[in-house]
Amino acid sequence: MEPQLITLLLIPAVGSLVIALLPRPSGRSLKGVALLFTVLAFLYSLLLVIQFRPQLDTMQFVKNISWFDVGTFHVRFHLGLDGISLFLVILTTFLMPLAILASWTIKVKIRSYLLFMLWLEMGMIGVFLSLDLVLFYVFWEVMLIPMYFLIGVWGGERRIYAAVKFFLYTMAGSLLMLGALIALYFLNHARDFDLIQITDRLTSGEIVLSPLTEILLFLAFFIAFAIKVPLFPFHTWLPDAHVEAPTAGSVILAGVLLKMGTYGLLRFCLPLFPNASILLAPLISILAIVGIIYGALVAMVQPDVKKLVAYSSVSHLGFVVLGIFSFNFQAMEGATFQMLSHGISTGALFLLIGMIYDRRHSHLIKDFGGLAHVMPRYAAFFMVFLLSSIGLPGLNGFVGEFLILQGTFLENPVYAVCAALGIILSAVYMLWMYQRVFLGNTEHEENRTLEDLNLREGVILVPLVVLALWMGLYSSTFLRRIDTSIQRVVDRIEQVRPAEVYRVEYRGP
Amino acid sequence: MNKFAPLKFTEWSTVDLNYSVLLPEIILSLTGITIMLVIPFVSKDRQVSLGYPALVGIGLAVLGLLMEWNETGMAFFEMVFQDPFSQFCKMLFLFATAAIVLMTMHYLSQEDVAEGEFFSLLLFATVGMFLMAASADLIMTFLGLEVLSISTYVLAGFKEQERRSNESAIKYFLLGAFSTAFLLYGIAFVYGATGSTKYLAIAEAIRTSESEPLILLLGLGLMVVGFGFKVALVPFHVWAPDVYEGAPLPVTAHLAVGSKAAAMVALVRILYQVFPELGPEWQVLLWMSAVLTMAIGDIAALTQTNIKRMLAYSSIAHTGYLLLGLTSHNKLGTQGILYYLVAYALMTLGAFTIVQIVGHRNEQYIQIEDYRGLGYRCPFLGITLSIFLISLAGIPATAGFMGKFFLFAAALQSEMYGLVVVALIASAIGLYYYLRVIVLMYMGEYHEKETLITIPISLQVVIAIMVLGTLYLGIFPGTFLHLASEAVSF
Repeated sequence: MEPQLITLLLIPAVGSLVIALLPRPSGRSLKGVALLFTVLAFLYSLLLVIQFRPQLDTMQFVKNISWFDVGTFHVRFHLGLDGISLFLVILTTFLMPLAILASWTIKVKIRSYLLFMLWLEMGMIGVFLSLDLVLFYVFWEVMLIPMYFLIGVWGGERRIYAAVKFFLYTMAGSLLMLGALIALYFLNHARDFDLIQITDRLTSGEIVLSPLTEILLFLAFFIAFAIKVPLFPFHTWLPDAHVEAPTAGSVILAGVLLKMGTYGLLRFCLPLFPNASILLAPLISILAIVGIIYGALVAMVQPDVKKLVAYSSVSHLGFVVLGIFSFNFQAMEGATFQMLSHGISTGALFLLIGMIYDRRHSHLIKDFGGLAHVMPRYAAFFMVFLLSSIGLPGLNGFVGEFLILQGTFLENPVYAVCAALGIILSAVYMLWMYQRVFLGNTEHEENRTLEDLNLREGVILVPLVVLALWMGLYSSTFLRRIDTSIQRVVDRIEQVRPAEVYRVEYRGP
Repeated sequence: MNKFAPLKFTEWSTVDLNYSVLLPEIILSLTGITIMLVIPFVSKDRQVSLGYPALVGIGLAVLGLLMEWNETGMAFFEMVFQDPFSQFCKMLFLFATAAIVLMTMHYLSQEDVAEGEFFSLLLFATVGMFLMAASADLIMTFLGLEVLSISTYVLAGFKEQERRSNESAIKYFLLGAFSTAFLLYGIAFVYGATGSTKYLAIAEAIRTSESEPLILLLGLGLMVVGFGFKVALVPFHVWAPDVYEGAPLPVTAHLAVGSKAAAMVALVRILYQVFPELGPEWQVLLWMSAVLTMAIGDIAALTQTNIKRMLAYSSIAHTGYLLLGLTSHNKLGTQGILYYLVAYALMTLGAFTIVQIVGHRNEQYIQIEDYRGLGYRCPFLGITLSIFLISLAGIPATAGFMGKFFLFAAALQSEMYGLVVVALIASAIGLYYYLRVIVLMYMGEYHEKETLITIPISLQVVIAIMVLGTLYLGIFPGTFLHLASEAVSF
């Protein structure tokens, strides 16, 4: 019984209490408190990285106590961390202070805004740590409410439409999951909702699911996650939500929330239902590829920078799903890495777009042009993250996409070739956008007087650049810790699928 | 000795009527009668304060209930049970009635229709609910139902100057009388088939008989229809929206919470204790009704513009979820129903209290549109109403979610997958109309309204208790689930 994870959950909770109870605060002091607690959570989560033992293939820092235990119900408060969730937690705690800093320009209803942000942080951390199906579901849903309010109250013009759409889409998916997890409980002879125990029992053959049951359960979980990712036909909520959300909301949405979907696939769908995963993998891979190319093509024609980046997320997350469903060690590791990397680069792009929006109140491409002359520092930062998003070697984006493509190629060359098109297209839409926004002459009069980045904005962006470079140049810091956990998922798949001959084993750089 | 022969006078002393079992009922009735007797001596404008004796009576009834908490048995010529189930329900009813009395006190002073009878009638209705929950005999069930219904007919038409209130009372009375006829007819058939009106005797007769006579099934069907009216199952729900809309708000709350819960638990007892052998038959019946109830309740709620009507339809949808537990016919189902009734009482009473406060005099702000900007006009009401709505929508960390979770689990345990899928879809639809109110309260454009919203301390307390309860049941469901599981004694 170790106290770390529960402390990590409590830090934002305490922070939100302090914010709620502070008497007569000024907006500044509230933001200060929120920043303090999020930074505290980040520093504390770094301790986890230090104490994390990469070789261990079980959950670490496990906290497992009874939540309620009545009659046939045995629900536990079971938290744990492994290589897959470790960096997602760090990503959350890392992006959160930056998002708070980016919210310095929020002027109205600051208290409730910050409350929702901290509530959101607690929910997201909880999702990545829960190892009990009910607990997971509770965190998964609880975090919808703050996001719904963040979009709906502080969002752009069509915020209500976007907020309701976001809520209904996600909720519709997760209700299916709720049904499935209760069904799984009874198939587990009503013993517990414990993910680890159920996975073990399925692995050892103690519980056997009939093929049809497995497929139905898989689909129920899968659709919930696919909506969150979002995978191709379920993606329509994303552009609306991203565009209408306030900057910090978009950052968290793109940076962390979408990863909850892919995380769910890795954590729940594959280990619990390997047969169904293998059976449906071709279909899902094709959807992922369609998403990659479709997202890129739609991004290309967007007149709005924020929307462009939003659609690029559909494309990038297509890669992640493709990687996960190739069942190749490298590709899955690449997918996990890509989740983090996308969080950094897309998060940063949304932050940058927010900064220009604060000055100009627009994110339409046609309102800009020649910004590089007026705001050279801004343009430079934008270039870095744009290149990292495209996947330039040396920056974070490259490692993940490369591993995914390499791994997928070993399993199915056709998929890899099709997906690689997406990378080319991403270079097209991103660079074209850069050209129209930053290069050329400054045609609009109001753009000539724009201020370049100030200190606060610099403080937000520099850590992101450092991390982008670190992830690009020395990826083994991350991959080394992800390895064992991914191997466990691969083993679980291999258990039901005979390994193919030409598959190459890959063990870190 | 012939069981049905009248007792001779000399035998009276040998019969233990076990009055202590009925102590809460007796206290409530006496309080109600006392209030009635006192009314002529209290001037019109001070009759609101008659709510205090009503509250004292409820407090004493709680004590009476607690005194006998661990006792079980039967009383009054084996007409009523004393078991954990009835005690759990009675506690819930007392809780709901106390909240409604507080609501009423505010309502009466707001509307200037200070009439002390309101409190008496509420207490009598509660006695009826008690008898329904504890009944061990179909005749007693019928009596309980009538005591409850007749009090409620009068309550629904309490604002005699107002057309809608009269319409509500007449509608409720006509359909109520109709449903009572169904119930009574059903009881007669069951008596004909089994030769008794005692729960245990009927159950025994069904268990030992080889065949299930048609007349028995007919009786069961008619009884389910009778209760179906009271709990507003589709297709017997048509009265509910009009009656809910027209009745004074505390009465609407009473109809939606107390009266519905009483009919529900009576139905649970009858189906589980008297007709468990006929499970497959009534399960089919309720399965179909559950699907319709959830679907129609939710879809109709979508289009409402009046918040009372919306809550009326949403309460129909919630009955549908309760049916999930009833249909599953297992212990978990009963447990889930009891848990959900507590959760439902908390969030619905909370929501109605807020509707009453916002509604103001003559219920003039009763449209959903009137909630525009409420979150900023009155943050306390905005936050609490949001919590109630979130709970009604069944989102985690609230009582509504846990309740639904247990009911869904019960249905899945009985492998009713189709029903659960319908319930999941209905929950998703339900989200939309609950969210719509939150959207209006917080996200829409709004203009400063001149009307000031004042909340009396008593109602602040009521709302606070409901909110804390809603959150407590959602985050720590263990305590109440444990109580509910102990209450399922059959």
